[in-house]
Amino acid sequence: MAQIFHRSSNMIARLSIAGAVILLGALTVILYEIALSPWYTNERVTLQQPVPFSHRHHAGELGIDCRYCHTAVEKSWYAGVPPTQTCMTCHSQIWTNADMLEPVRQSYRTGVSLQWNKLNELPEFVYFNHSIHVAKGIGCTTCHGPIATEPMTYKTGTLYMSWCLECHRDPAKFVRPESEVFNPFYAQPTYGAPVTFEGVKYTDQATLGSVLVKKYQLQTYQYCSTCHR
Amino acid sequence: MQFVEGTHAGSTAPLARRRLQMVVCLAGLALTLSGCRLDMHVQPKYLPDWPSKFFSDGRSDRPPVPGTVAREDLRIDELMYSGTENGVLSNRFPFPITRADLERGRERYNIYCSPCHDYAGTGRGMIVQRGFPQPPSYMLPRLRQAPVGHFYQVMTNGIGAMYSYSARVSPADRWRIAAYIRVLQMSQNATVQDVPAPERERLQQASTGQTPGQAQ
Ligand code: HEC
Ligand code: HEC
Ligand code: HEC
Ligand code: HEC
Ligand code: HEC
Ligand code: HEC
Repeated sequence: MAQIFHRSSNMIARLSIAGAVILLGALTVILYEIALSPWYTNERVTLQQPVPFSHRHHAGELGIDCRYCHTAVEKSWYAGVPPTQTCMTCHSQIWTNADMLEPVRQSYRTGVSLQWNKLNELPEFVYFNHSIHVAKGIGCTTCHGPIATEPMTYKTGTLYMSWCLECHRDPAKFVRPESEVFNPFYAQPTYGAPVTFEGVKYTDQATLGSVLVKKYQLQTYQYCSTCHR
Repeated sequence: MQFVEGTHAGSTAPLARRRLQMVVCLAGLALTLSGCRLDMHVQPKYLPDWPSKFFSDGRSDRPPVPGTVAREDLRIDELMYSGTENGVLSNRFPFPITRADLERGRERYNIYCSPCHDYAGTGRGMIVQRGFPQPPSYMLPRLRQAPVGHFYQVMTNGIGAMYSYSARVSPADRWRIAAYIRVLQMSQNATVQDVPAPERERLQQASTGQTPGQAQ
């Protein structure tokens, strides 16, 4: 009886095993890349907002402090978006005829909230707290990126667990002097642009970071119950 | 499902292969479905600022019932909460002002007031340069002579084109800002004689001509 399978099918069988392994590997890499891509994480994606509010204009050019609008950020877990009254402290007098601002005036007249679309959002099983980070020398722009240059706000950072842990394992890489937390233009020290802390000039983050970690007694929180409580 | 075929005589290979097939299929299914799992991601609860379908104004943050007194918010200290004593504007602070209070006052002033009143208090802040009505300078004799209670009341109630800051600045911080405004008023009218002797030397060395508030 003639053989059902030709000899070459041995080769095909081997190749197909190798092929399956490669395919699985490629699939894993592709899934991993998708999970980290802006398409999936919404990084650098701007959203349609009721009013085209610009941080570049307000926080960058006009130099308004973050806390003028995000009042709660120092003392509570959430930063909050400002109420309409905050916009009206200025826009009752300037740009009063701009159509762009009509939703703000309408909200002020009727008492119906402006509904801002949320960009940074954690799953609800995660506990996060702004006040502790702000009090321990972690700046807004470390997590929220170059917000004072953004005409429309976007999210920077995946907000995945690995993103939080990258810093929680070694905050020295990111910490800055407390006086600079709200400065949206702060840059980490370099040889050309040193940062002065308590009268000493630092030219690299490694040295400054280790000094600040000691000074602020930073912990490296990695217990699951820190963020899942 | 039963594997009856597997029981007949001979090799158990077909059974093993089928099991493997099952496991691979189930694993694939599990992987696919786990991507859609949202339990605990969205929980039936409200956090600050969240919208609500239940209340007609669409807000989950409820305004307190009129007359409610929140914990630690009982306001019986007339001076502390209205800036007056027996109905007359007071020139006294409700608590002793320390250096730490002045520093806190400067920080709060720079956040909430400097956009219009500028860092030195002359009323030419960034927002004024963009068209906001110009506020009076704190150096005006009228405001230099005004009791501190007046500043407290302006922050609490607003005045003219300036809105109230009571929602954003706590009563104690309003007093600290008032104290810092006093500092600004003094600094703009100070002479070298007002500086303590040891500091005077340093001042003459530096002599940059800047007012303390201007350092940004
Ligand atoms: C004039 C008021 C104002 C100032 C000043 C301001 N913000 Fe905002 N911020 C807003 C408003 C309004 C929104 C909501 C609209 C949006 O997302 O752009 C917002 C949104 C944000 C968000 C995104 C929130 C989300 O949806 O996840 C971040 C992050 C943020 N602000 C950070 C900052 C930082 C950091 C500063 C200081 C450098 C700052 N803001 C200064 C008004 C302000
Ligand atoms: C401290 C004062 C101040 C506050 C508070 C403020 N704005 Fe403005 N805003 C300005 C000024 C000043 C301008 C125009 C500046 C100019 O003439 O270039 C402006 C311009 C704008 C514009 C015009 C478009 C542009 O160029 O950005 C929009 C829209 C706007 N603001 C929205 C808002 C909203 C929404 C809020 C509340 C979250 C707000 N602003 C709070 C001062 C303020
Ligand atoms: C350690 C990183 C980190 C730092 C530092 C940080 N934020 Fe956030 N911020 C987040 C995360 C994460 C969220 C999403 C929170 C959520 O969905 O529960 C967020 C949300 C926000 C929001 C949206 C509203 C809210 O509270 O959920 C605003 C506004 C905001 N941040 C402003 C600020 C400002 C202003 C600062 C600086 C004073 C700041 N953040 C510093 C991580 C950070
Ligand atoms: C850039 C650095 C950085 C990032 C990113 C960061 N953290 Fe933190 N976190 C810190 C530091 C520093 C502390 C303060 C540690 C201490 O108390 O000494 C802290 C403290 C905390 C605490 C308080 C712990 C306690 O019990 O007091 C929580 C909760 C927390 N972080 C959650 C998060 C979550 C959730 C994320 C991600 C969404 C995150 N953090 C991202 C630096 C960071
Ligand atoms: C610094 C904060 C932080 C710590 C510490 C932390 N997590 Fe997380 N964890 C997060 C965040 C943020 C997410 C959400 C990521 C996302 O958006 O998918 C998360 C998600 C998860 C998820 C995925 C849940 C799901 O269904 O998607 C699991 C499981 C988890 N964490 C387990 C742990 C365990 C186990 C530990 C302790 C070893 C731990 N976490 C410690 C911040 C933390
Ligand atoms: C958005 C701009 C703006 C901001 C921010 C602002 N003010 Fe004013 N302020 C004004 C204007 C305009 C006037 C003049 C009001 C009038 O007489 O119509 C004024 C007037 C005053 C006066 C003089 C009252 C009088 O008797 O004539 C004082 C005192 C004052 N502000 C204090 C403050 C303090 C303290 C803060 C910070 C908590 C502050 N202002 C923030 C715009 C502002």
